[in-house]
Amino acid sequence: MSKSKTVFIGNNKSFWDRNRRSEGYLLKRQMKKTAGSVIRALLLIGLCFMIIQPMLMRFSVGFMVEKDLYDTTIVLVPREVTLENYQHVFNMTDFPNSMLNTLWISLLVSVLQVVSCTIVAYGFARYEFPLKKLWFACVIMLIVVPPTTIQTSLYMNFANFDLFGIVRLFNGGKPINLRTSILPYLLMSITCMGLKNGLYIFMLRQYFAGVPKSLEEAAYIDGCGTVHTFTKIMLPDAMPTIASCFLFGFVWQWTDLFYSRNFLQAKYSVYSIQLSSITSRMGRYFSQDASKAVVVPVGRQQQLISIGVLICCIPLIILYCFTQKTFVKSLTMTGSKE
Amino acid sequence: MNDRHWYDKILDAFRIYIPGNDVYRTMRARSARTGTCFIIPFIIGFLLFMAKPMVESFIMSFNDVKLIPGEGYSQTYVGLDNYNTALRVDPEFNTYLVEEVGQMAVNTIATLVVSFVVAVILNQEFKGRTLARAIFFLPVILSSGVLPGIEHQNEFYDMMAGLAQSLEESGGVDLSASLQELLQVSGVGAGVFDVIFTMIDSIYDIVMASGIQIIVFLSGLQAISPSLYEAADVEGCSGWESFWKITFPMVSPLLLVNCIYTIIDFFMKNDNRVMELIYQVTYQDMKFGVSSAMSWIYFGIALAFIGISSFIITRAVKSYE
Repeated sequence: MSKSKTVFIGNNKSFWDRNRRSEGYLLKRQMKKTAGSVIRALLLIGLCFMIIQPMLMRFSVGFMVEKDLYDTTIVLVPREVTLENYQHVFNMTDFPNSMLNTLWISLLVSVLQVVSCTIVAYGFARYEFPLKKLWFACVIMLIVVPPTTIQTSLYMNFANFDLFGIVRLFNGGKPINLRTSILPYLLMSITCMGLKNGLYIFMLRQYFAGVPKSLEEAAYIDGCGTVHTFTKIMLPDAMPTIASCFLFGFVWQWTDLFYSRNFLQAKYSVYSIQLSSITSRMGRYFSQDASKAVVVPVGRQQQLISIGVLICCIPLIILYCFTQKTFVKSLTMTGSKE
Repeated sequence: MNDRHWYDKILDAFRIYIPGNDVYRTMRARSARTGTCFIIPFIIGFLLFMAKPMVESFIMSFNDVKLIPGEGYSQTYVGLDNYNTALRVDPEFNTYLVEEVGQMAVNTIATLVVSFVVAVILNQEFKGRTLARAIFFLPVILSSGVLPGIEHQNEFYDMMAGLAQSLEESGGVDLSASLQELLQVSGVGAGVFDVIFTMIDSIYDIVMASGIQIIVFLSGLQAISPSLYEAADVEGCSGWESFWKITFPMVSPLLLVNCIYTIIDFFMKNDNRVMELIYQVTYQDMKFGVSSAMSWIYFGIALAFIGISSFIITRAVKSYE
C-alpha cells in the first residue's frame, strides 16, 4: 500500500471491508468480544436465577391455599390467590409491634456503631501514639474472636452488672441486672463492640489511610482545628464508605439472633427472634384449644416460614435500593483516589 | 547511662500523657494525645466487653460454675474436667466439630474463587449491571443472622429432604451423579472428584456465603487505576495477561481479608451445629463451664485455621510483589 493511497478506516466502510483491511484482526476481535459477553451473560443469568429463584418461590407459595401446596400440577402460579397466610404470619410474629421494635433498635444500634467506628478508625489511620500496634491487633482480634467464646461471661457480666465495684457502692451493695434492658447493648455499640464492628473499623481505616495527607495539612494551615478537620474535611468524603458500613450494620442487626437472644429477648419482641421460633409456636396457634398443640403439616410450616423470611427481606431490599446510589459511588470513589 | 532500666523506654513513650516535662508540649505529643482520644471508646469497650469476658470465660473453662440467684456465680476449680467432658463425654460435640471444620476447609476455597470471579464479572461494563449488583447483594441479607437454616430447622423437613433424595437415587437421571460415575471410571483420583462434586452440589450455599466477599473484591477492583490497563494495552498486553499481571496482584491483599472473613463467617453462622450445641449447653443445660470449654476449643481451631491460611496467603501474595 503506497503512501498516497492511504485510506482512513472510517465508519462509512462496511464491517467486512474494514475487516479485510485489518487482515482479519477486526473479525477475530469482534468474535472474541461477543463470545466473552455471551459467556458472561450465561454465567450471570445462571447465578442470578439461582439467587432469585428461591425468593420467587417463596413469593408465589405465600399466596397458595393449603390444598394447592400438595397439588403437583401447580408449580408457580397458585390456583386461588389468598392473603390468609400473611394474616397468620402477622399474628404469629406479633407483626407491627416486632417489626417496629426491630426497626428502631436496628437504626439506633447501627448509627451508634458506625459513628463510634468512624471516630476510632480515623484515630487509627491518622495519628501516631504509644501502643498503637497493640490496639490495632486488638481490632483484628475483635474480628477474629467469635462472640460465642465470650457469651457465657457476657451473660454473667450483665446479669450482675458492676463497673469495678462502683455500682455496688450506690446500689446498696448489690449489682444490678442489666440483662433485661437494652442498655448493655447500646453501651457495647458505643464502644465498638457490637456485631462485626472490628470489620467496620478495618474498612474505614483502610479508607482514611488512603486519603492524601496534604488535604488535612491544608486545612490545618487554614486554621482548622482537629475536630473541624475531621467533621468538615474528612467526613463528607468518607460518607459513601460510612454509608456502606451503616448498611451492613443495619442488615446484620436486623437479622441478628445472637445479641438479640442475649440482650433483647426478655423485653422487646424482635422480629428475628419471633421468626426463629415460629415453627415451635405454630402448633399452638392453629389449635382451637389453647392448651393443646396440633401437628402442622410440613408443607404448611414451610409455607409460613417462607412468608416470614420474605417479610424479613423486603424492608432490607428497599433500603438497599435507596442506599445503592451512595454505595456504588463509594466503590467508584475509592477508584478516583490516588 | 547504666542506671536505665528496661522499662524506661516504655515510660518515655508515656511521658507524652503526663504534663510537666519537655516532651509533653511538642507537636508529636499533642497529636499522640489527640489520637488516643479518638480511639478511647474502643479501648474502654475492648477492656470491658472483650478482654474481661475473655479472661473470665477462660477461667470458667477450668472451673465448675454454678449460678447463685441474686449473687452472681460460684466457681470451683476442676482442672481440665470441662475439656474432658466436651471432647470425650459429650456425644455430639466431637462429631459436629469434625464435620463442620472439614466442610469449612472446602467451602472457604470455593467461596474465595466464586466471589473473585463474580466480582471480576460485575466490575465489567454491561447492560443491567446495577440490577445484577442489586441481586448479588441479596446473599448478604439471606446469609445473615436468623435467615440461613431457618427453613431447615425442623426434623420433618430433614425427613422430607431424605425422602426426596432417596427418590432421586432410585429413579430418573441424576446428571451430576452420572457424570461423577463417568469421570471416576476414567481413572482419575476419586477423592479429588468427590470434593469437586460436593462443591458443585453446594454451589447455592457457596454463592450465599460470598455476598460480602464479592463487595470487598469489587471495591478492590474499582480501586485499580484504569491508566494501568491502558499502559498495558499500549505495550501489547492481552486481556489474559493483564488479568494475571495487574488485576490479580492488585487485588491479592484483599484475598487475606476475605479468607479470614470467610473462615470466621463460617464459624459463627447460626446454622452451624457447633454453635447451636454451645448455645444449648449454655442456656438450657446451664453448664457454663462446659460451654466455655467448648467455645475455647472451637475458637482455638478457628485461630489455627486463620493462622495457617494467612501464612500461606501472605507467602503467595509476597511472591507477586
